[in-house]
Amino acid sequence: MHREKFIERVLLLLALSSVGSLALITIFIFLEGFPLILSVGLKDFILSSHWAPTKGHFGILAMIISSVLVTLGAMIIGVPLGLSCAIVLAEFSPKRLKMVLKPTLELLAGIPSVVYGFLGVIWLVPLIRNYLGGPGLSLLAGSIILGIMILPTVISISIDALTAVPDPYRDGSLALGATRWQTVSRVVLPAARSGIITAIILGMGRAIGETMAVIMVAGNALQIPTSILDPVRTLTSNIALELGYAAGRHREALFATGIVLFIIIMILNLSATLITRRR
Amino acid sequence: MPNPLQALRESQGSSPAKTWAPRPGPTAWGRGLVGRPRWRRWPGLALIATLLVLLGAGGCNSSSQTTSRPLCVAGSTSVQPFAEKLAEIYMHQHPGVRIDVQGGGSSAGIYAATQGAADLGASSRELLGEEKKLVEIAIAFDGIAVIVHPANPLTTITLAEIRKIFSGAVTNWSALGLPPHAIHLITREEGSGTREAFEHLVMNKQEITPAALVQDSNGSVREIVAGDPHSIGYISAGLVDDRVKALSIDGVLPTRENIKTHAYKLVRRFLFVARAAPAGPGKDFVDFVLGPDGQGILETEGLVGVK
Repeated sequence: MHREKFIERVLLLLALSSVGSLALITIFIFLEGFPLILSVGLKDFILSSHWAPTKGHFGILAMIISSVLVTLGAMIIGVPLGLSCAIVLAEFSPKRLKMVLKPTLELLAGIPSVVYGFLGVIWLVPLIRNYLGGPGLSLLAGSIILGIMILPTVISISIDALTAVPDPYRDGSLALGATRWQTVSRVVLPAARSGIITAIILGMGRAIGETMAVIMVAGNALQIPTSILDPVRTLTSNIALELGYAAGRHREALFATGIVLFIIIMILNLSATLITRRR
Repeated sequence: MPNPLQALRESQGSSPAKTWAPRPGPTAWGRGLVGRPRWRRWPGLALIATLLVLLGAGGCNSSSQTTSRPLCVAGSTSVQPFAEKLAEIYMHQHPGVRIDVQGGGSSAGIYAATQGAADLGASSRELLGEEKKLVEIAIAFDGIAVIVHPANPLTTITLAEIRKIFSGAVTNWSALGLPPHAIHLITREEGSGTREAFEHLVMNKQEITPAALVQDSNGSVREIVAGDPHSIGYISAGLVDDRVKALSIDGVLPTRENIKTHAYKLVRRFLFVARAAPAGPGKDFVDFVLGPDGQGILETEGLVGVK
């Protein structure tokens, strides 16, 4: 009995350590970055797009906009693809197709992001440069690569949501004379709505937080893009690109960029949790 | 109380000596759980080690077990690969001496030298203001080559033209008498030593346009220029290869000779800095670097020697 209690305690401690490390990370990022936001002023930090940290300009507006646009682009590409894939897998596919598709998707999730980035640079970027113009490294390239990268997240959570819809719903609909597609589109999808929205939000979180692949294909320019062929720099790219050399205020500014990113991702995750809970 | 690690290893049927011995060479990867390096089994250790390294960047609080204190060289990431090469060969010639080479950037290196955290700071930029109190030792020259795609008919460019292109005043190749097409500009990230030197030597206090693509290494700048016929970028002259074309600036090509005589305009110095003139092992290492051996190494690595 003693032994039982002891093991329980140890496990509890281990479980709490994840909360602890989150707390530590939060405290660390805020301690490092907040002083800079205070001294520069929140307005000049997030509403200016003049970023020249070694010369005292710390505006990250262009990067916030770029992050949002790249994520939006990834959603436009990834969500329809992912959702249709999930519907096929959950509702229409024969067992055998499922046996091929599911492991493939899991494999897709296991590919390191640098490989996606490399493929993007070698294959996608020259394609965009030659057929659409611009330098190739662009908002479009970033969106396409991210759209593919979020597929596993969107698909697996959507499948869970769809399979959680009770079968009597489907039976009832079919019994009323609806076709299978009518059943899926008018009964199953609405019933699984909150789960699917969660999938999309978590996909967004994945897209906005991705770094390596985006650095490699998005071009990292500091401007607010005016076309999808313009190069852009996201919040994550900014941190990863410059941290290697940064010192003093520059370093603090990168942590402050991290705070903004942290808050955006927290909002996304919280809303995902709230939506799931409402169900 | 039995050591849990020990118990774990024994349960896996491997003698402790076998597990703890360092396992150089690629064979170590093929032996399953027991034979893997320690960090793969204990990712926490790797994480903590990484954090320690990050926190300690710029200083040299090495936890090495050697009896004599290692000599510490910290600073510019442009100098780092060359310093590592020099240190490797010097340590080979002088067994018993240990030299730690760390990155962190020129500013961090100068700061570490000022504080005494590093014996030698490495800098790829000139000292400024207060920093001039430090002792500086120039170890090599490095040219910055402005590069374009080999298919680009341009062969020569003026400093003023480069400035106009990189400040964003000129955005089309037609301004240089070439067939009209948008110029694809590639620069380095803020804080990079190469960028710092480029801004200092070319930009004349103007800022590089935010429309420029940003890459975080000489290699990736070269890679993009090699693939894009309309691009222009700048990299360390020692790293120019035949996939890209270095432009002559005001009619002078970035050759070894021209860099040494400063006939080529875009030249920066690689410096070692220290609080006081180095003595003991530090002086010995500096003498080695400035001697024929060290200068020869720097030349074969693509830099231009100071002697």
